[in-house]
Amino acid sequence: MATKSDKAVKISQKHLLGIQDLTVSDINFILSEAKQFIKLNRSENKKLDTLRGKTQINLFFEPSTRTQSSFELAGKRLGADVMSMNIVNSAIKKGETLIDTAMTLNAMHPNLIVVRHQDSGACNLLSQKVRCAVINAGDGRREHPTQALLDALTIIEKKEKIQGLRIAICGDILHSRVARSNIYLLTMLGAEVNIVAPTNLMPKDLEKFGVNKFSDMKKGLKDCDIVMMLRLQNERMSSSFLSSNREYYEYYGLTPDKLDCAKDDALIMHPGPMNRGIEIDTNLADDINKSVIQEQVELGVAVRMACLKIFCN
Amino acid sequence: MKKKYFLNANIIDPSNSLDEIGGLIIDENGKFEAVGKKVNKNNIPSREKYIDLKGKYIFPGLVDMRVFVGEPGYEYKENFRTLSNAALSGGVTSVVTMPNTNPIIDNVSMVDFLKRRGRDKSKINIFPTASLTKNLEGTNMTEFGLLQKKGIIGFTDGIKTIQNTRLMSKIMNSANDLNSLVIQHAEDFELAENGMMNDGIISTKLGLQGIPDVAEKIIIERDLSLLEEYKCRYHISQISSAKSIDLIKEKKEILKFSCGVSINNLSLNENDIGNFRTFLKLSPPLRTEKDRLALVEGLNKKTIDVIVSDHKPEDEEQKRLTFSKAATGSSSIETLLSLSLELFHNESVKLYTIIEALTSNPAKILKINKGNLNIGNNADFCIVDISKPWIVKKENLLSKSKNTSIENKKLQGKVTNTFVNGEELYKL
Repeated sequence: MATKSDKAVKISQKHLLGIQDLTVSDINFILSEAKQFIKLNRSENKKLDTLRGKTQINLFFEPSTRTQSSFELAGKRLGADVMSMNIVNSAIKKGETLIDTAMTLNAMHPNLIVVRHQDSGACNLLSQKVRCAVINAGDGRREHPTQALLDALTIIEKKEKIQGLRIAICGDILHSRVARSNIYLLTMLGAEVNIVAPTNLMPKDLEKFGVNKFSDMKKGLKDCDIVMMLRLQNERMSSSFLSSNREYYEYYGLTPDKLDCAKDDALIMHPGPMNRGIEIDTNLADDINKSVIQEQVELGVAVRMACLKIFCN
Repeated sequence: MKKKYFLNANIIDPSNSLDEIGGLIIDENGKFEAVGKKVNKNNIPSREKYIDLKGKYIFPGLVDMRVFVGEPGYEYKENFRTLSNAALSGGVTSVVTMPNTNPIIDNVSMVDFLKRRGRDKSKINIFPTASLTKNLEGTNMTEFGLLQKKGIIGFTDGIKTIQNTRLMSKIMNSANDLNSLVIQHAEDFELAENGMMNDGIISTKLGLQGIPDVAEKIIIERDLSLLEEYKCRYHISQISSAKSIDLIKEKKEILKFSCGVSINNLSLNENDIGNFRTFLKLSPPLRTEKDRLALVEGLNKKTIDVIVSDHKPEDEEQKRLTFSKAATGSSSIETLLSLSLELFHNESVKLYTIIEALTSNPAKILKINKGNLNIGNNADFCIVDISKPWIVKKENLLSKSKNTSIENKKLQGKVTNTFVNGEELYKL
């Protein structure tokens, strides 16, 4: 019961739908919980029974490798019964609406539903129809809160803080939920955020979120501590946004000469999956002195364990 | 029919420049016999009963220029009977119906069907439009002349815009030859592609594809440039932004055309969408408060001629979806007048201007003898308690579809009685 009252004090939300809904102390609480799981994940015996007897349903309407497996592993390491719905074979393909799917799952009394959906706001809609906690694993181009949290944890692990850092987020901002969640989180925790993108991939009125906009990448990377690259989401582009991948790489791909504008000890991040040679030079992506892309994946499991533990009722 | 006498009402009839306290007499045939301040107790035979409307208002029956009805094809959303009941409860006695049915109203035989259904099932005056292009495909014109002869009031592709400039010029020429009314829904298709709401900070925050206001302006700009060359009766269905207002204001100095606005865009803004409220997914989209204020000012300055309900009934299933998949539109005819009165109560617009935009102006554009209290005309009018408070409740709506954009909103002013041809068809 002690943990329950802890939760009541330390987290302001019933669901994890987006960073927008969280307070600074919510974020710090999740990150501090996550830290405790890093060691566990590196040890021989990784199994806990924190969520024993609890049911976690992964509902992925969009293909995903790392996020889905990360959530699945996180749930299993905490001892939950994890079920991943295979949407391809489910009733959704037969025309069932999201609300009906939610009601059906709700009737099975899960404790957690982890949902990824191609439509912005899908997790909000779902959360209104179920009794259990809903964790957003990415909705349209709106939010991907656990990605932003794991990015924050990675930055803290490497730089010991976020406050005062200059962080560049580069690439396809328009279609990116990762960018939005990171903008909210990093500005809340006191970082200076530079957004680098061609104007065609920059959403309207972004400067009102308290970030600096750049269409010149070298200017945007100047003196940055962190360079966060985003994937060019060709599948979401309904019409011509860019002339070619070749030109995009020339102007917005992360190359050694552009990285030189950032601080000497700047770190490279990428939420994956990467388009090597389009948004990032392949050698830079694998440079273990600069790239923390693998750490991001590793810490993702810890962050998701923390979120599952905190939001599970 | 017995003669009816009403006394001491505040009567507003902009088509007769009437704004005074007086009475109204309806003759045995359901026509207006006398109206205005000269009608008092002395005009009424002592044995006859009269209704004292002290403190209440009489307006001509409203003319709503943009209404979607589900017949044929979508009867489960709205039929002529349910539409009539909904309209009457809001004081609307004449409606212009959109051709976006299934099948589309684009040929003469469909008009016959509509007229028959309208006559049999409707209690209000139905003025159907037909589509500008066959099957709304934006390629071939419909038969304006023949359709008009059958009783089509005007031509529009409803929720679609004529994108092809050459076709638009041909449409204008033909419309001019045949004296037809062209009604354009102004939205550049490419710029608005996949858009769901106003393009701005809220769409960025919600992660929804935006529709820039310039998408509307570009079509209006193009059409008005064409109109300078190819004259015709041209009406812009609804506008939503300050940019459009500026343009229209300027062009009205040199060109003759008219334009409308949805009561939703006059009363709400993009912030009302809140946390993905699909009932506020509208076309044109709700824009910023600055845009809304510009529209209100446009109404005051006569840049905008008419207010429409943009009544678009959608069953709940089509709204209980994610924002991107949800249907567009709101069921608005019942609240058209009451929501318009909010603009009067908060001192944004004069009552006379509001009633003008709901009665005489649309009638003038459509060239119909409705929306007035002319002596000898069919007695279509409503009695309104303009200060009566009420709350919009989904379950009380008479429309078959309950997708109101203003659920639970507190309104002031309610229609208490509506008459068509002198017959009382609605009573609160």
